[in-house]
Amino acid sequence: MIHVENLTKTYAGTTVLNIPNLEIPKGESFGLVGNNGAGKTTFFSLLLDLISPDSGKITSNNILISTDEGWKPFTTAFIDETFLIGYLTPEEYFYFIGELRGRKKPEVDEFLQRFTEFFNGEILNGKKYLRDLSKGNSKKVGIVAALIGEPEVVILDEPFANLDPTTQFRLKKIIREIAAQGDVTILVSSHDLQHTVEISNRIVVLEKGEIVKDIQTTVETMKELETFFAV
Amino acid sequence: MVKMFFSLEWKSFVRSAGFKANMFIKIIMVLAALYFILVFTALGVGMYYILQKQGLPPLETVNRFLIIYLLIDLVIRYFLQKMPVMNIRPFLVQNISRKNIVAYSLGKTLFSIFNILHLFLLLPLTIVLIVEGFDPAGAIAWFIGVSSLILVNNFLNILSNNKSLVLYSIAMILVAVVLFTYYGILDITAYTQPLFDSLYANPVLVAIPVLLLVFIAWITFSFFLKNLFLDSGLKEKKSDAQTENYTWLNRYGVLGTFIKNDIKLIKRNKRSRTTIIMSVLFIFYGLLFFTGGIEAYEGPVWRIFAGIFVTGGFIFTFGQFVPSWDSSYYPLMMSQNIQYREYLNSKWWLMVIATIFTTIIASFYLYFGWEVYLAILVGAVYNIGVNAHLVLLGGAFIRTPIDLTNNKNIMGNKQAFNSKTLLLTLPKLILPLGLYVLGHYLFEPNAGYLMVAGAGVLGFALKNKVFTLIEKIYKTEKYKTIAAYSQKA
Repeated sequence: MIHVENLTKTYAGTTVLNIPNLEIPKGESFGLVGNNGAGKTTFFSLLLDLISPDSGKITSNNILISTDEGWKPFTTAFIDETFLIGYLTPEEYFYFIGELRGRKKPEVDEFLQRFTEFFNGEILNGKKYLRDLSKGNSKKVGIVAALIGEPEVVILDEPFANLDPTTQFRLKKIIREIAAQGDVTILVSSHDLQHTVEISNRIVVLEKGEIVKDIQTTVETMKELETFFAV
Repeated sequence: MVKMFFSLEWKSFVRSAGFKANMFIKIIMVLAALYFILVFTALGVGMYYILQKQGLPPLETVNRFLIIYLLIDLVIRYFLQKMPVMNIRPFLVQNISRKNIVAYSLGKTLFSIFNILHLFLLLPLTIVLIVEGFDPAGAIAWFIGVSSLILVNNFLNILSNNKSLVLYSIAMILVAVVLFTYYGILDITAYTQPLFDSLYANPVLVAIPVLLLVFIAWITFSFFLKNLFLDSGLKEKKSDAQTENYTWLNRYGVLGTFIKNDIKLIKRNKRSRTTIIMSVLFIFYGLLFFTGGIEAYEGPVWRIFAGIFVTGGFIFTFGQFVPSWDSSYYPLMMSQNIQYREYLNSKWWLMVIATIFTTIIASFYLYFGWEVYLAILVGAVYNIGVNAHLVLLGGAFIRTPIDLTNNKNIMGNKQAFNSKTLLLTLPKLILPLGLYVLGHYLFEPNAGYLMVAGAGVLGFALKNKVFTLIEKIYKTEKYKTIAAYSQKA
């Protein structure tokens, strides 16, 4: 599905990302872990053509991301609060995203029903604009919006951060359900090793912009990661 | 302590994202400030002699109009003076007393150009008075008294920016004064003149304005001190949100989706709401030209200038900042399933609708003759055909992020309508003036209108070509724009 070749990104002489080769097959749930500054967000921003690579290329479904916008219809993402429109209510935001992805209001409404538990009654009909929601609640909105319109590629940067423990469990369940469908490629980055292990069938560890580990999740994975990060 | 605050202030000024890019504008602003200082000083020195030459008693005449001067000062301050912006939150838990924090933020405002400028008028005037043989004690008392009132304005402005009660009271008093004076019911100057006169005649009375200043400074101080909590004064005001669907726009597809969003953008953010207010003010700006209120504005060339202005308010105040309005969620827009053309098209339609709307409202100018309204119609055609494209083109290069929520904070600043907007507006006005002059003086008066309107129609006809060009520029500028927007202003 996603194919990365000789990808580098340099800021002021420092190479922040250098991936010679990476292949992410369709339907994989891909976990990206690494310390601060490892290049996780840079990689995701490149996948979304928000920054331009210094060399190399990324193709998604054989579409070259940096020149062709054809990846947009089947790709969604929630990176940070710049993906939210502060002056909209959550409902309006969902409808806006829905309309851009060719989903009418009733379809979006039906879709949102699946997330009643995840929202925990704090999102819909709340008489609040997104800019007035707490960090955790606005994160819920961003994540759910990224699932509207049956995308084939979903990119979530640090989805667990700022969520309360209960919501973290619910999010893991949601991600596992999507992964179980088998046709959605889902890319998640996180600082939380346990969460990543639970939701991913493949984990890639980035360090200073380079891939230092690429493992299929097994029972031993958690231990392997812990040894790696415990310095 | 003050030294530390000062160094922070300096750093925030020098390190702000727009510092370098705005150098040119900063220079222009410094020049403008120097110009005003010069004018004020010249006026301060010369006023005495000018009034004397006119056969008017200088000090009494000045005193008579002083109240109007002060009231106008207050209005100008409200619209232009920036509020003390200091990021207060990080200081709250530091080892700094709350009193110090408040005193510093308020003390800073005293050194605003809006206070200092008056000194350049008052000081020379006072010196001239003394030189011309007025009682030095009286003259100095008068100077101190008037300066105190200027500073009272400073605090009134701060209060009215934060307490709507103060704002509405002042606004009501102002409206009442203007109406009473206009209809000749009451001449407020006749009542206030003796008050200012007595400052000179009886220097001890200077205690009254000084005490007034101390009093209002203390009120402002305690107001801020009392509200220096995260859940009161520093809390952002939240209004109840209501989901609005505007389903009637659905039939326009993606265009409708964007317009829906833009309507909400304008409606729900103070910063963007101001553009509507400014557009309305622009409509009335033409009155200056067509009523012969200002002599310099007579003559046919200015008509077209007015025509552009009257109908172009929305284009100049809103269109100018496309796509910066969407800066806070630009990465979303860039990764969604959106074609640039549709995005630009929706902004373009918004400008067209607003221009047509203002043209209809401006039909009251027919009162001044059909020629006047013709100028406005021609201006509208030019605005839609050419200026709407120009602002979209310029927008690709502006890249100044707009913080929509900025106005909400108690210590937030007002950046809605600044010198930059005006500066960017000028080229869009000079071109049609040139076209008109060409037609008017080479052929005949109506040919000038034809030239300008023709340019508008031509621009309109080329819309698709222009859009392709603009789209291309937006695409090549994409990464730079995203990077610039991710820096906080």
